[in-house]
Amino acid sequence: MTKIIWSKFQVCLSSNPSKPCFVLYFKGVTVMLDCGLDIAQVQHFLPIPVVPGTQISKARSWSPGFEKKIKECSGRLFVDGAFELATPELKILDLSSIDAILISNSTCMLALPYITEYTGFKGYVYATEPALQVGRMYMEELVNYVERNPRTNISSKWKHEDIIKNLPPPLKEAVNPLLWKQCYTKHDIDSSLSKVQVVGFNQKMNIYGCVESTAVSSGYSLGSSNWVIKSTHEKVCYVSGTSTLTTHPKPLEQSPLRNSDVLILSCLTQTPLANPDAMIGEFCVNTAVTLKNGGNVLVPCYPSGITYDLFELLSIHLDRCGLASIPMYFLSPVSDSALAYSNIFAEWLSQNKQSKVYLPECPFPHAELQNQGRLKNFKSLNGKFLKSNDLIIKAPCVMFAGHPSLRMGDVVHFVELWGKHAANTIIFTEPDFPYLEALGPFQPLSMRVCYCPIDTSLDFGQANKLLKDLRPLHLVVSETYTTPPMMAAHRTDLTIDWEPSPFTYSRGQVLSLPVKRKFQSVDIDTELAAKMEPVEVKPGSAITMLTGSLKIHDNIYTLKPLPKDALIGQKRSHDGFNVHKKSYIFGSPNIQTFVDVMTQQGISSIKVEETGSGSIIHLPNDDTLIQVDGDSTHIICEGDESIRVKIRDSLIKCLKKL
Amino acid sequence: DVGRSCILLTIGGKNIMLDCGMHMGYNDERRFPDFTYIARHGKLTEHLDCVIISHFHLDHCGALPFMTEMVGYDGPIYMTHPTKAICPILLEDMRKIAVDRKGETNFFTSEMIKTCMKKVIAVNLHQNIQVDDELEIKAYYAGHVLGAAMFEVRVGQQSVVYTGDYNMTPDRHLGAAWIDKCRPDLLITESTYATTIRDSKRCRERDFLKKVHDCVEKGGKVLIPVFALGRAQELCILLETYWERMNLKVPIFFSLGLTEKANNYYKLFITWTSQKIKKTFVERNMFEFKHIKPFDRSYIENPGPMVVFATPGMLHAGLSLQVFKAWAPYEQNMVIMPGYCVAGTVGHKILNGQRKIEMENKHMLDVKLSVQYMSFSAHADAKGIMTLINQCEPKNVMLVHGEGGKMEFLKTKIEKEFGINCYMPANGETAEIETVHDIPVDISLNLLKRESSLASSKPPDPKKPCVLHGALVMKSNKLQLIEPATAFRELGLQEHHLRFTCTVSIEDEGPVSQTVDTIYKLTKSKLSNYPVQYSTDGSITVSESVLIKVSGDEEDDTKDILVSWSYQDEELGSYLLKILRSELLT
Repeated sequence: MTKIIWSKFQVCLSSNPSKPCFVLYFKGVTVMLDCGLDIAQVQHFLPIPVVPGTQISKARSWSPGFEKKIKECSGRLFVDGAFELATPELKILDLSSIDAILISNSTCMLALPYITEYTGFKGYVYATEPALQVGRMYMEELVNYVERNPRTNISSKWKHEDIIKNLPPPLKEAVNPLLWKQCYTKHDIDSSLSKVQVVGFNQKMNIYGCVESTAVSSGYSLGSSNWVIKSTHEKVCYVSGTSTLTTHPKPLEQSPLRNSDVLILSCLTQTPLANPDAMIGEFCVNTAVTLKNGGNVLVPCYPSGITYDLFELLSIHLDRCGLASIPMYFLSPVSDSALAYSNIFAEWLSQNKQSKVYLPECPFPHAELQNQGRLKNFKSLNGKFLKSNDLIIKAPCVMFAGHPSLRMGDVVHFVELWGKHAANTIIFTEPDFPYLEALGPFQPLSMRVCYCPIDTSLDFGQANKLLKDLRPLHLVVSETYTTPPMMAAHRTDLTIDWEPSPFTYSRGQVLSLPVKRKFQSVDIDTELAAKMEPVEVKPGSAITMLTGSLKIHDNIYTLKPLPKDALIGQKRSHDGFNVHKKSYIFGSPNIQTFVDVMTQQGISSIKVEETGSGSIIHLPNDDTLIQVDGDSTHIICEGDESIRVKIRDSLIKCLKKL
Repeated sequence: DVGRSCILLTIGGKNIMLDCGMHMGYNDERRFPDFTYIARHGKLTEHLDCVIISHFHLDHCGALPFMTEMVGYDGPIYMTHPTKAICPILLEDMRKIAVDRKGETNFFTSEMIKTCMKKVIAVNLHQNIQVDDELEIKAYYAGHVLGAAMFEVRVGQQSVVYTGDYNMTPDRHLGAAWIDKCRPDLLITESTYATTIRDSKRCRERDFLKKVHDCVEKGGKVLIPVFALGRAQELCILLETYWERMNLKVPIFFSLGLTEKANNYYKLFITWTSQKIKKTFVERNMFEFKHIKPFDRSYIENPGPMVVFATPGMLHAGLSLQVFKAWAPYEQNMVIMPGYCVAGTVGHKILNGQRKIEMENKHMLDVKLSVQYMSFSAHADAKGIMTLINQCEPKNVMLVHGEGGKMEFLKTKIEKEFGINCYMPANGETAEIETVHDIPVDISLNLLKRESSLASSKPPDPKKPCVLHGALVMKSNKLQLIEPATAFRELGLQEHHLRFTCTVSIEDEGPVSQTVDTIYKLTKSKLSNYPVQYSTDGSITVSESVLIKVSGDEEDDTKDILVSWSYQDEELGSYLLKILRSELLT
């Protein structure tokens, strides 16, 4: 028999609400929602230098006698060991029990290889094609950076509780360092992503016949989605990276998210105090000012996402400022793919961009910028590029380079190279990293530092407005969303405002969600259905009694006619099935009609006696007494069985029957 | 027949038009479908719920502007993104040939094409699209040409899959058609190559390359009539790689205009091409050709060998026909027809071996050049059609877009192999297909739990079904299967409680409890499948409502056995009474 689990729980495996990882138990299936990697933790590592002989590679061990790989740089402590990444909490869970992983966008899937590889995981992973391809780029870029100048030693002594508590901040504040894992490999990425089943928006995916999951556009990035997980009667919505702003992706689709039993909300803005539009403006102005003064602009960035919008908006701004001749460089091991793929995902773009391919033109203006030579992309700083760099890099310029953590990638080189000159500017746009921490190991710096975080995810105002429209029965949010951010403790408007108060979660916590199931859907077999004779009892309401045999196959319930042999068995003896002949009678008989019918049946000598609430009918010849009292009748028959049957049938004729 | 596709489907009360093609072989009103079939006068909007276009070939979408703008239809039109992008270009191309060159009137205008395309809703693969509350459609990859799709149309439990044209084997630039096991009530499949089981693609390719190479080596000119998009790109890739490998210098031309634009579409819609192209497009876009140059009319008379791709594909008009007329009288030249030609076109005539062709103004053209037919057009062959049937497991199949005799053969084969009905209606004929479906209802969990707990209290017996009994309530189009008592309460039905009581008097010595014991044992042995229990007051209960009570004095040998039961247990009660009477009274 299929075990049916009616209740459902949700486990949150990530401590960073912007890099979520949940597990949802729903109708007997176990679904993981996203598997984000808390990449911000790499800030505790010493940057991987691109060229030897810099300040970073000269960093010395912190104190004699202590672990050698803990180094001091610019007055802060950093780990000089192999890079480790903060994965979701996986030990509390049997990964082989997960039936499916639903990915909402490319930034929330970077821990996927940790879950699908070497763990016994045997479920499916669902993601949209762009989320998959962009996610792959992010992973490959990460692996490329980590493996470029490999560090072999893992230092872990410092992670012990007794030691770490005595270390100075910020290293002291590392989140769960004991759970950190070494970066996966290219092979792991390929193997992991080969398990991804590509889905389209609004494609109904059936998971083991129990639930149907559908990705709907969330407007945050290429192919980003929210998920609707539903059965015939229950609906859970998972709202992850979502944006109501107009950028390049296909806009948010709201209507499928409405009226859910439970709505899980994650990935709100990481910078609630910064308005993305204002920040883009500031980014453009600061860039233009620096360039006019002959300085270079360094933009640490991811290879996709908002970076596309930056190319577009900055080039327009530079045109206006008469700086159209200033080159933009895009430096990432996956820059080729990032630019190429952006041109072929028209279906996943805003209407405006989509209509361009009908002309046929490339949807993003950066394709044209590339043709004109205004935007140049490179996979890495190869030797030639470096040594005679002034020949290739035309200063002043704008350099987009990874990785935004400033701990790896070619950006490290440019911070060191350009950091010494006050004319240059570094502009932080990615909200994933605290910029002062990021700059930590490079201090002191002379270059100008601008912080223009652009997070297009929902802010609290937008989220509250959205929730009002979606009207979920119950809301689940991160604990952190119910109190104002630390930076602005008085801003109570920077919280999720929901009545009744939402369910909140924190890392590793298990929540029981109040979804009461009342119905299950079942298919009635045609043959059985053909035999039904519904009776209309009220206008618009009909009823029929139904007996069938219930079959459950692949979690699909079907009601079939009772097998023939069971019916034959019934006739032979009274053993076996008693239910299929059940019939019901309704109402109260009219006494006179009842008497008339009995008379017609040949019963003589009927005496009726009125009582307070009904009647008593005597049949002295047949030794029988009938008590009729509104909706109940008691036939006390001491006579022949045939008499009893006659009375019974007479009474039934006077009643409604099903 | 193969001329054009336009199918009207009625499913669950919804009317859907599948494709809206025009016939290439006619130049009069016969080229457009007969829309008066749907409505004699006025607009079609109120008669149709939606129009679905499977791909951009004109025999599938050519009549669309005529239908929407000249006959009148404002409802939704669905097609994939590439189809939406490319379709207007081909329509405009055709319009130009018809109006500007042939000077036809009563044809749709450029403006009409534009307004028509504004009504189009672009769809993605596998996206479930809710046309209205009941009608849902879903597109699947069909191969054939860029953006070609098969459509599943669903209304409630009923569903139909319409294939359009499809290809079950991947080629150089497109992948193979694929559909999941959606078990439609009806599969409407094209059957252009109903009887052919084609040799391997590789052989055909080698054959093609050899013929082209031999011809140009002898100084001949090769004309390949193609449609601007589709097969042309596949053959270009083929020739491009061959030219590169063999280091050939003979020029290859592609008729100007559409070339670059067409290739751009392929570059931008690379997600719709084959796995291999998708994988390598970042490094090298296969649709950037080095050897293939744009063609100019003046090159027709150029001396020396050359290969020319020219549109349209059936030699019925335009540049390809012009080139053909110029090259046909020379033996060393060659024309390769890479696809199917509709009856009435020059292409069809020469493929049938006609060597003298009447052109306009009664001018007779001598066809001396070598005519080669290479079936490159990507339709499913008989094997492919069978594979698709295997994939989606339909309950019925309908063959369209094929030639009568061949379809008949395939029909027999399908019916024999799959044991399902196969239809092949003629143009204008209506086929009705009945469907049988289970009825989905909502069952209350209380009922389900109670019944399954009853069943699981005993060791499970796979031979015995799990019996479920409930009341099916139909209220405002909702069907709910709930516990009878709940149903009666909800509907305000007052159940009538009917009870029977009968007495059996027997002679039995000893205390009452002993008689009770005897009856208990008797009952148990006779009714092994019913719960028989003692109650605290010394009576016996059987099943839910049957009660047996014994009264009498110790001294007196007469015992009265009172048997009482409710109407629901009538059968059991009367049976028990019969047993007691027959067993105890003798």
